[in-house]
Amino acid sequence: MFDSLKDKLQSVFSGLGRTGALSETDVNTALRDVRLALLDADVAVPVVKQFMELIREKAIGAAVLKSVRPDQQVIKIVNDGLQEILGGDAEELKVDVTPPAVILMTGLQGSGKTTTAGKLAQFLKIKRKKRVMLASLDMTRPAARDQLRILSEQAEVGILPEDDKQTPLQLAKRAIKSAELQGYDVLILDTAGRQSIDDGLMEELVAIKSVSNPVETLLVADALTGQDAVNTATAFKSKIGISGIILTRLDGDARGGAALSMRQITGCPIKFAGVGEKLDALEAFDPARMASRILDMGDVVALVEKAAEAIEQEEAMRMAQRMAKGKFDLNDFLSQLRQLKKMGGVGSLLGMLPGIGKINKQLAAAGVDDSMINRQEAIILSMTKKERASVGLLNASRRKRIAFGSGTSVQEVNRLVKQYQDMARMMKKMGTKAGAAGLKAMLGSGTNSPPGVFGGSGVDLDAMSKQFGSSKSGGLPNLGGMTNLGGLPPGINPNRKK
Amino acid sequence: MSWLKKLTEGLKKTSSSAKSKLSGIFIGKKIDADTMESLEEALISSDLGVSASQKIVKEFEKNYSGKTSDQEEILEALSKSISNILEPLEKELIVSDVHHPHIMMLVGVNGSGKTTTAGKLAKRFSQQGKKVILVAADTFRAAAIEQLRGWAEKTSVELISAERGADPAALIYQSIEKARIQKTDLILIDTAGRLQNRTELMEELAKIVRVIKKLEPEAPHDSLIVLDGTVGQNALSQLKAFLSVAAITGLIMTKLDGSARGGVLVALAEEFGLPIHLIGVGETAEDLQDFNAIAYSRALLGLTLED
Repeated sequence: MFDSLKDKLQSVFSGLGRTGALSETDVNTALRDVRLALLDADVAVPVVKQFMELIREKAIGAAVLKSVRPDQQVIKIVNDGLQEILGGDAEELKVDVTPPAVILMTGLQGSGKTTTAGKLAQFLKIKRKKRVMLASLDMTRPAARDQLRILSEQAEVGILPEDDKQTPLQLAKRAIKSAELQGYDVLILDTAGRQSIDDGLMEELVAIKSVSNPVETLLVADALTGQDAVNTATAFKSKIGISGIILTRLDGDARGGAALSMRQITGCPIKFAGVGEKLDALEAFDPARMASRILDMGDVVALVEKAAEAIEQEEAMRMAQRMAKGKFDLNDFLSQLRQLKKMGGVGSLLGMLPGIGKINKQLAAAGVDDSMINRQEAIILSMTKKERASVGLLNASRRKRIAFGSGTSVQEVNRLVKQYQDMARMMKKMGTKAGAAGLKAMLGSGTNSPPGVFGGSGVDLDAMSKQFGSSKSGGLPNLGGMTNLGGLPPGINPNRKK
Repeated sequence: MSWLKKLTEGLKKTSSSAKSKLSGIFIGKKIDADTMESLEEALISSDLGVSASQKIVKEFEKNYSGKTSDQEEILEALSKSISNILEPLEKELIVSDVHHPHIMMLVGVNGSGKTTTAGKLAKRFSQQGKKVILVAADTFRAAAIEQLRGWAEKTSVELISAERGADPAALIYQSIEKARIQKTDLILIDTAGRLQNRTELMEELAKIVRVIKKLEPEAPHDSLIVLDGTVGQNALSQLKAFLSVAAITGLIMTKLDGSARGGVLVALAEEFGLPIHLIGVGETAEDLQDFNAIAYSRALLGLTLED
């Protein structure tokens, strides 16, 4: 039914034709349908409510990108929010302890504990180079022990010999002793599936946990689970205490809202995803993929991302244009620094010219980091307007004043001026050389590397040249009109003005 | 203990039964849009899904909007509209005397409880005096055969199996031939669990069905999907896919002794209208019980049978 969600939202917002900040009405209208989408994906009702509040707070007042409708922007925010929650503090299994590191597998019947125990054994053996022993404490399900034994043979790991007369607790103790004596690094205890409301069996699990003192207590949960995810997660968290979740059957076509419910309620990271029946079908959990799966509005999210990219491109073009004309003063420099900060760090400035990862790496290597940006910003802010427009004014006493005003040193001021001058010189050179033929011709030639941008740190602009040279339209990007921003989905007008 | 008692016992244990969710919503208030939303959420919390919940609430709104009503009355009304949907689908699972043998096949996704259900059904029908053959056609999952053997031994029914990795269709073919010779009443086929979007596995199931039809054009006489009580809205996708490959004739839902209420049955009823035969409310064979629409609808909302 939610195939039509996008259309519905579009009809709600069509005709609004404005951009700016998201209003409360924008957000509420869009979230009404997001709520239904999440419920339809089996996210538990209380979790949906909680999440909606979180997003509402985040979204109201957030900027709407040019050429994106408010509802689309909200969906992007929802998607990012989902991703953030699903992803939080994931870490590796803590198996590097004094052996044997015990991993306790818990969950409802049929959630996939035993199969997952086998997969985990193989994973730890191959990826973490551990000697692994499996032990079944399942005395309830007929043949559970046979199943684990067969899996241990397939994975070629150790298995605790069976004993019909022992209780799960006794088995756990024997397993630990046996793993110790045989020098296993990791012991995986597979337990019987149990209903979370079965107090007797839950207590048994508590007892097993306390004798085995596991480094990881994992809740194995089925991605097909509906609203009951809340009950299961709550019970296993409060009664047993878990350290992580493994979500099984993610190779199915369920939207998998249980992932969000479980993550939110337990506060525990989802460590792995089961994606098939074979022993190697265990993957690291991917929050981004899960988010888009739950929301199922990947096309809208992609659209917003594309629009954001287009704006970055536009910005980059504008800069390039100024550069080409040789008009690049300290105000421009400052605005770039600020943009850089807003975008969340270094990397982003040159990242605006897509495909320049190499330069970013070089910047990082040269020690250009965010604190440096802050200091540079302070330096420029300590200058007068005139100084910013005309660097030539900066004599020794002015520099001293600026250093004092910005809490930096004269050396740092000098360095900034030098950087700026190098940059301006380079740009002027680029401008004259390119002449009327336009930026592309110049950049496309890509001959000698210009002097370093940031204090001669040897930044290579060849990559930038290539980017422009290989502009996908095959021709010169129309710097005047900016009409051609290839790759935008139909219906999006890149020229729409605020 | 009756299944309903078990069911309501189970529901009582969880703090999130629909009833406790609803309490307080109605007391002394006129029924308005807020009430409707709470009502809708309570139903969604029981896995009825958005569209079935909305439909039920809409119908309720017609009769109750603007009125003041007490909670019991409202729950009664809701359970009535749910049982109205489910009642026509209440259908006992029987082994007919017409077919020799009657062929019953269990399908579903992994971990839904097919093997356990097959064991319980074997016991049920052999106690009814039927001659039963269990076929362990799940040749994939480690120890599935051993699990079914355990049930076969307990209930003294014959088990036909092959080694792990063998072709299930071939095994079933042999079983039917054997059953004809032995004059068996019922062949109960446990198939491997498969996620419905795995084309190669669904193709394997299609082949099983083709092979059965080669010997018995009208078989399988019962093609039963086994659903896990905790399943969410994916059950719709499951049923749709298995219906097209294995011509599902009825539903069995397991694991309703936990905190899950399996409300997706209502959504499935609305969408597909297939018979619901049995629900599983515990570990023993007796805990696999005939589906009773009224009792289930009441239990779903936390009502007991007496009131």
